[in-house]
Amino acid sequence: MATNTQIPVADRRVPVIAPGHTFSTITEKISNIVLSRPVSLGWIFGFLIVFSMMNVLMMALGYLFIKGTGIWGINIPIGWGFAIVNFVWWIGIGHAGTLISAILCLLRQTWRNSINRFAEAMTLFAVACAGIFPLAHTGRPWLAYWLFPYPNTMRYWPNFRSPLVWDVFAVSTYFTISLVFWFVGLIPDLATLRDRTENVWVQRIYGLLAMGWRGSARHWHRYETAYLLLAGLATPLVLSVHTVVSFDFAVGIVPGWHTTIFPPYFVAGAIYSGFAMVLCLAIPIRAIYGLQDFITMRHLENAAKVMLATGLIVAYGYGMEAFMGWYSGSPFDSFLLWNRLHGPYRLSYMALLGCNILIPQVLWLKKFRVSTGWLWIISFVVLVGMWLERFIIVVVSLSRDFLNSSFGMYYPTKWDWMTFAGTIGMFLTAMWLFVRILPMISIFELRTLLPESHVHEATEVKQ
Amino acid sequence: MSMDEQKAKPTGAAGADVCPSKRKQLDLATVKEQLEETTGPEYWRSLEELAGSEEFQEMMHREFPKGASEWLDDFSRRGFLKTMGASLALAGLTGCTRMPITEIVPYVRQPENVVPGRPMFYATAFTLGGYASPILVESHLFRPTKVEGNPQHPASLGGTDVYAQASVLDLYDPDRAQNVTYMGDVRSWNAFMEAARGPMSVQKSMAGSGVRILTQTVTSPTLAGQIRDYLAAYPQAKWHVYEPIHRDNVYEGAKLAFGEVVETRYDLSKADVIVSLDADFLYAGFPGSARYTRDFAARRNPDANMNRLYVIESTPSSTGMKADHRLPVKASDVERVARDIAASVRVPGVVSEREGWNLAAVDLLRHKGSSVVIAGDHQSPVVHALAHAINDVLGNVGKTVFYTEPVDANPVNRSESLHSLVEDMRAGKVDLLLILGGNPAYDAPAELEFASALKSNAVNLKVFLGTHRNETAELCQWHVPEAHYLESWSDARAYDGTVSMVQPLIEPLYGGKTAHEMITILAGQSGLTGRELVQSYWQKHAGADFDAFWRKSLHDGWVGGTTYAPKNVTLKAASFPESPASSGGDYELNFRRDPSIYDGRFANNGWLQELPKPLTKLTWDNPIMIGPAMAERLKLNFKDVAELEGNGKKVKGAVWIQAGHPDNSITVFLGYGRTHAGRVGSGTGFDVYPLRTSQTPWFGAGAKLTATGETYDLASTQGYQTMETPVGERPLVQERSLEEYKKEPNFAKEGEPREDLTLYKPFDYSKETYSWGMAIDLNACVGCNNCIVACQSENNIAVVGKEQTLKGRHMHWLRVDAYYNGPRDNPKGFFQPVPCMQCEDAPCELVCPVQATIHSSEGLNDMVYNRCVGTRYCSNNCPYKVRRFNFLLFSDWETPQFKLMRNPDVTVRSRGVMEKCTYCVQRISEKRIDAERADSTIKEGDLQTACQQSCPANAIVFGNLNDPNSQVNKWKAHARNYSLLGELNTRPRTTYLAEVRNPNPELETKASAERT
Repeated sequence: MATNTQIPVADRRVPVIAPGHTFSTITEKISNIVLSRPVSLGWIFGFLIVFSMMNVLMMALGYLFIKGTGIWGINIPIGWGFAIVNFVWWIGIGHAGTLISAILCLLRQTWRNSINRFAEAMTLFAVACAGIFPLAHTGRPWLAYWLFPYPNTMRYWPNFRSPLVWDVFAVSTYFTISLVFWFVGLIPDLATLRDRTENVWVQRIYGLLAMGWRGSARHWHRYETAYLLLAGLATPLVLSVHTVVSFDFAVGIVPGWHTTIFPPYFVAGAIYSGFAMVLCLAIPIRAIYGLQDFITMRHLENAAKVMLATGLIVAYGYGMEAFMGWYSGSPFDSFLLWNRLHGPYRLSYMALLGCNILIPQVLWLKKFRVSTGWLWIISFVVLVGMWLERFIIVVVSLSRDFLNSSFGMYYPTKWDWMTFAGTIGMFLTAMWLFVRILPMISIFELRTLLPESHVHEATEVKQ
Repeated sequence: MSMDEQKAKPTGAAGADVCPSKRKQLDLATVKEQLEETTGPEYWRSLEELAGSEEFQEMMHREFPKGASEWLDDFSRRGFLKTMGASLALAGLTGCTRMPITEIVPYVRQPENVVPGRPMFYATAFTLGGYASPILVESHLFRPTKVEGNPQHPASLGGTDVYAQASVLDLYDPDRAQNVTYMGDVRSWNAFMEAARGPMSVQKSMAGSGVRILTQTVTSPTLAGQIRDYLAAYPQAKWHVYEPIHRDNVYEGAKLAFGEVVETRYDLSKADVIVSLDADFLYAGFPGSARYTRDFAARRNPDANMNRLYVIESTPSSTGMKADHRLPVKASDVERVARDIAASVRVPGVVSEREGWNLAAVDLLRHKGSSVVIAGDHQSPVVHALAHAINDVLGNVGKTVFYTEPVDANPVNRSESLHSLVEDMRAGKVDLLLILGGNPAYDAPAELEFASALKSNAVNLKVFLGTHRNETAELCQWHVPEAHYLESWSDARAYDGTVSMVQPLIEPLYGGKTAHEMITILAGQSGLTGRELVQSYWQKHAGADFDAFWRKSLHDGWVGGTTYAPKNVTLKAASFPESPASSGGDYELNFRRDPSIYDGRFANNGWLQELPKPLTKLTWDNPIMIGPAMAERLKLNFKDVAELEGNGKKVKGAVWIQAGHPDNSITVFLGYGRTHAGRVGSGTGFDVYPLRTSQTPWFGAGAKLTATGETYDLASTQGYQTMETPVGERPLVQERSLEEYKKEPNFAKEGEPREDLTLYKPFDYSKETYSWGMAIDLNACVGCNNCIVACQSENNIAVVGKEQTLKGRHMHWLRVDAYYNGPRDNPKGFFQPVPCMQCEDAPCELVCPVQATIHSSEGLNDMVYNRCVGTRYCSNNCPYKVRRFNFLLFSDWETPQFKLMRNPDVTVRSRGVMEKCTYCVQRISEKRIDAERADSTIKEGDLQTACQQSCPANAIVFGNLNDPNSQVNKWKAHARNYSLLGELNTRPRTTYLAEVRNPNPELETKASAERT
């Protein structure tokens, strides 16, 4: 055992995989979670909770479709409320998954291998949650398909100048690519599960999904090329999706929206909240399923560093908004700044500054970066903060725009909260199922982290 | 029998929902805590923003149950409709008495002028407080849908007032009484006549000594003639008149001054200086307001001889907000000011030690013969007499002031008249009481306890004629449904005495009867129709060719030669005794007619209930209005519930802090707190009639106001009412004084961007035939709200109810923003009507993902309802926030009456669809089609938008910008023309003419000297 613990990376900090593992221990440990670990009472109890939360969503949506968007707190002037806030928030969360799986893959950051699978799943579920809102927030959701450019007898196209149409393309592309990427990544592991299960029905299902994967050298060759290509395709999406989402606001003329800094600031914010969500999920899962060997402190610390970096970009964004409010000399922009600090929603803004800027600064200290408890709390705080950021942008900007006579207030209704909580329920339900029916960590990619994988490489180099 | 099912079931169904007083009590302390936690910025309307969470609103709602929300409560309304549908179906099975089976066949011979799809217009008259508003009514295939002013009538000149505009909704009100009832049970009309016959014949033998007729103000020559004929035949019978918004003081004042009752009429077109002694003469309800507004506004042109308006007032009004100088004083102090002015202009017999507002007097003296002093209806007789005397001394009589016969056919003192009736009732002298309209059980002076007198068995037979089963109807045995004026034949006099013919546009929907018919029953001459009665009166008074007279009168809408000629009266008053000063208590309490629902008669009119009141922009409620200083002293804030004590009675209401309200004075508005108004009006606001006695009909001392610690939501449609922000003032309404304007006429144009400030080449509209544009003269606008109701009626705009208004979801396409500027105790006020700006570079169009809002080649920002999916992005991006969204199914698609009412040229919107002002595109299309058929183009004057047409001030001009001679081009070329938020480069097609005030320079200097 001792001979195998040598880690072939120069970095001798906390290893990305705990010492003592072999190909078979990895495979066993991960696949057993799916195949042989008994369904615990805790899992069932938790599932019941998150599943009922998801049903709250179904109720909220059902009532929404029957009655109309008037069940929410939106009004004139605040035409967008929780729906758009949640949409942007969920889309942002999804970003971490893509960043981890695609960009870090291209950058050969191998530490990503143990967290990319569930980060991608998280992306997918988050985008699914996000996708509900653009549909649900329309006044006549049964006609929302008019946003797609499809041939029709009216010979009528969507308005390609509208950022909402760009959104449709950006989000649907994003969802598709994420799904394909995730599925392709799963194929070798599905085959592993197929080979390891003893239940014939389970074997057939995994076999079907594994698409005839046999693990031949040719398979691997083509597979890795395809995976790299997909990573290349997904990489620009990390930047483009939230850029386009930010255009929803930046193209508008509302003070607080009409800002050129939005695209980078939104992307950074998205990654910020995405990594926070990764940590929020990884920390408990790691503990429950005993995966500390695979998701090590190194991973958590890296994620914390990414959060710190993106958080600073976001802070810069706030700073620039405030600066421009003063520097532009525009009475509307300077009022916007005043209103954020002193207006009726000032508590939200203060909370936002605390959650997104102040509190995460403790991540400079290693003590906090290596404490799972602290990390979890800080990540949660960042998630709240990023939600508040979208609330400030969407609601507070709309509540005070150009004409004093049209100033208004937004009070979320119980249906707003139910829809929001419901999407969290849906997200967690999907996660709950995911950890039990699919390998939550990529088995084959994790195996590449073992020294054995690099024996051949090392030999080649020597020759 | 079928009809009583229809009636009974819905009442039961609604009752189950409406009866919220039995619901559980809630903890207000927590709410208060919540409010304290979230104390907002020090803004006038700060509390408004703190209304808290959904739970809070729900709790408030339960704590202060509102009938209004039931209007919106879909369940109860649907339930009602379902029940109604079911009973209709049942009625169909058993055979309905009201709808005989008829065959529908096409016309063999098409009636003349009837073209389906083309409206016809008929002249008739709407009356309020007896005074007729001459109107033209648009009729689509015999369904009246829209009221317009009668442009040929001197009392209208095309303008209307809000009540006339909204009256069409009353016609189709599904809550109208639909049957003759006896003790609440349905009876037939014949059964009523049968029942009335016996008592009537008894009365015949007693010379009618037991008969009392109680009417509202009657100006109808026919009705007055009928009643007089009856009284001649039954000399012991008595005619009483009561109306809560009465003009007793006006007539008493005239008696004091001239020894006889006269009507005063003003010619504001010749008045250079106008002094209002608490007269709100620019708002509906003041007789002749439409005409006065027209004349006043025409003289607000700063390039011609601009007039100057001084307003001394006890309650901020829209007239006061237009004033060049406004003096807020307690109502009881107006007399002092009037005396000061009178003394200053040397009215004989008036001595005043105080200088008072002397410069106004100086101004008056400088404009002898071209000035006018107008006293308000609620001011004491002495003030009226003083006003007459001042006008007399200044030589205004015969120039700007005219005296005529009273328009009122029976100008008795209303309070006294009702007083003697109640005395007779209690003494058992009344056997038969016929109440023709009105609602005395609700609005009679409190000390008379009219309701209890009516309820007692002292009167044998009580018959009520009324449109609704209101509070009075509940207490009378017989209730006969009254025909709406659009269903009736009658006549009425306008403020100048001109008789208007009232002709029906539709058969009575529910077999309603008119007062004329009721009098014939009383007189035992049954069988005469309203038409015959009106004709028979005019046959006696018309010339030889009655047929031609009749046709002309009906066509024109008025009877030629009936305008009262000015009357020569001589001032008799030598002394002006001071009105007895009432003392005691803390504050003065003012009663005012409500700007929206008047005395309560329009309580069930959703358009008026939801009409934002001119200054407060409140809907669905009446507040306790106090000034800012008093509010500070009492530690009261917006929406705090206070207990108001006066006349030994207490009522609770929500406080509204009104800038410019005089100190130590409280104003409350009549008409709310109705219990039997209907599904819309019952339970809105609070009733202040219990505080109002015949001694203090308009104001009295001795009121107490105490905070209760409770709060109550008031639904105001405007966010902030100041243009100030903490980072500077926004130039939304541009204003200068006349002197400044003359120095710098272009003052408003600062923010205008350059024309070429765009990357894209703008569309060249000049090549098109039409290019529509609008200009609104802020100087002329008096904030009368007419345009809002006209727009609502023309464009089938939904009523949403209080709950939705609180959430900010009212649907008005056109709003009138009211802003204050200056000290809170006496600010300047501004009105700014805001329709869609129809921006050439419209921010809304860019962002709509489905191209549901697009630009037409004529420059209209069109809204395609069918294409709209409801993302609301357009509204978010609209800097003017003129877009309105159907968050729920706001339009009533089910009530059959409303189907009749709607303008067939305008889509009724469903839920999930954005809507907004279209510049009345249906009117444009109609005229365009007409023009194209005639191979011509729309000419200036052919086309008016609904707001423009109804505007009594002529403040709105709409037309073709490609026609160099169009009025709108002339206005837009004016120095005062500016774009709202022009710096955003939206290039709005609707522009404003900046406001210019004409303050007295001497007074300005004095005021600024005092300030420094």
